[in-house]
Amino acid sequence: MLSKDEIFETINMISSQHLDVRTITMGISLLDCIGNTTKETCDKVYDKITSKAKNLVKVGNDIQNEFGVPIVNKRISVTPISLITAKTGNSIDVAKTLDKCADEVGVDFIGGYSALVQKGMTCFEREFLQTIPQALAQTNKLCSSVNVASTKTGINMDAVKMMGEIIKETSYLTREQGSIGCAKFVVFANAVEDNPFMAGAFHGVGEADTVINVGVSGPGVVKVALEQVKDGDLTVVAETVKKVAYKITRVGQLVAQEASKRLNANFGIIDLSLAPTPVMGDSVAHILEEMGLECVGAYGTTACLALLNDAVKKGGIMASSHVGGLSGAFIPVSEDIGMINAVNKGCLKLEKLEAMTAICSVGLDMVAVGGDTPAEVLSAMIADECAIGVVNNKTTAVRVIPVYGKNSGSVNFGGLLGTAPIMPINTVSPAKFISRGGRIPAPVWANKN
Amino acid sequence: MKAIISVIGEDRLGVIAKVSGKLFEMQINIEDISQTIMQNYFTMIMMVDTSKSKLPFNEMASQLKTLGEEIGMDIRIQSESIFNAMHKI
Repeated sequence: MLSKDEIFETINMISSQHLDVRTITMGISLLDCIGNTTKETCDKVYDKITSKAKNLVKVGNDIQNEFGVPIVNKRISVTPISLITAKTGNSIDVAKTLDKCADEVGVDFIGGYSALVQKGMTCFEREFLQTIPQALAQTNKLCSSVNVASTKTGINMDAVKMMGEIIKETSYLTREQGSIGCAKFVVFANAVEDNPFMAGAFHGVGEADTVINVGVSGPGVVKVALEQVKDGDLTVVAETVKKVAYKITRVGQLVAQEASKRLNANFGIIDLSLAPTPVMGDSVAHILEEMGLECVGAYGTTACLALLNDAVKKGGIMASSHVGGLSGAFIPVSEDIGMINAVNKGCLKLEKLEAMTAICSVGLDMVAVGGDTPAEVLSAMIADECAIGVVNNKTTAVRVIPVYGKNSGSVNFGGLLGTAPIMPINTVSPAKFISRGGRIPAPVWANKN
Repeated sequence: MKAIISVIGEDRLGVIAKVSGKLFEMQINIEDISQTIMQNYFTMIMMVDTSKSKLPFNEMASQLKTLGEEIGMDIRIQSESIFNAMHKI
């Protein structure tokens, strides 16, 4: 029998602590949609997505009503498009088709305009990468990602060099909207194939045909729980986070099971990430401050984040039958009111953010920089993040926005993407290093066999 | 479906009567009911069975929400499974 306290705890988490399911993401394989012509491919892609995801939004809304927990986004991820258009090229046409599908079924985002080039690039992949800026400029809901490094293969520095140029071009092409295209493009090391979060979601080739992955959230719930243990030591803090993470994840598990049953899809994974939003009371930075930091960015921030990230995993793993995706605390600057405030106060700088990415998921996320940042500096930022990911055997990523025509102030993207303060960066030139190209070899402990 | 109805707001006359009247009208059976005053707020929790009702769940939720607005209370109905998932191993 449920106790009154338990019932109120759940109701309070939802009504005043922003507990939500961030996303139900349906992964759809497009491997059976490769046609002999671009038109045939586009037709098959359109038919498959609009039939498989026809009820995704309705089922999401039904579950939201029945359980009384908000499901903020419904999304779709697809097989990396570089593979689907390898034969015919003309990837932009497929990009537009994907965007049309997203509108048709009413999802918030569609991800998978992606390529996996961690070791090398084929001609068609090189051609595909060059279409990314146009694809992002000509669509609204499409997200793109590229995996340029892995612990097993090392870092493909030719691809890293291209990424800086692609980001600059995307920034220019979407300059009228604050370079928003860059907010929908992420560069990975050790990308995962079952990530429900954008911009980096794609449906891996090792996945089943149609899969439901769910991303939970709830930084506000963790913060409130920590407010109850103000005098506890850090063991108490860790235990408190674990218990809350367990409860949050159980909701995600329930939603994922129901959604996969109703949508006739496989249950994939629960992603245990604590994803913030720009509203007050939904901030990862404020959790770290609740642990005892005057402001996020202070010395101690990395340690607090390590504790949080680990405790969320430990609590969440028992609550779900399959855990995957990125699973860790997110630190997107523009999407977290505490992070924005810390940057504006001068407390949180890029160097500290980089250190934080070594122990959480995912990386330099939603970081706005000056529009005149050279491409090779962006590439070098990516190379550093890749090195952290490759050497620590974890996923890292860069989603950086050089805001065209602006070098200070902030840019507002609206909705979940939030407001990004433009951060000062070190522009001492890494041009020679980036122009060398080639591959940084895999670390010695990648050779485990 | 087993569901939990929670009614939260300022204490006033006839809340139980109005809510239970609405539930009768919708053919929702009350299995357990408890109420208390928490931090000056009247809070009532009902465990109910909706299986005899012909209304879709969304409709029940919307009618209860409307009643809540009329009497100045926050009324929500949620499947029991979310509470069980969170609090029972």
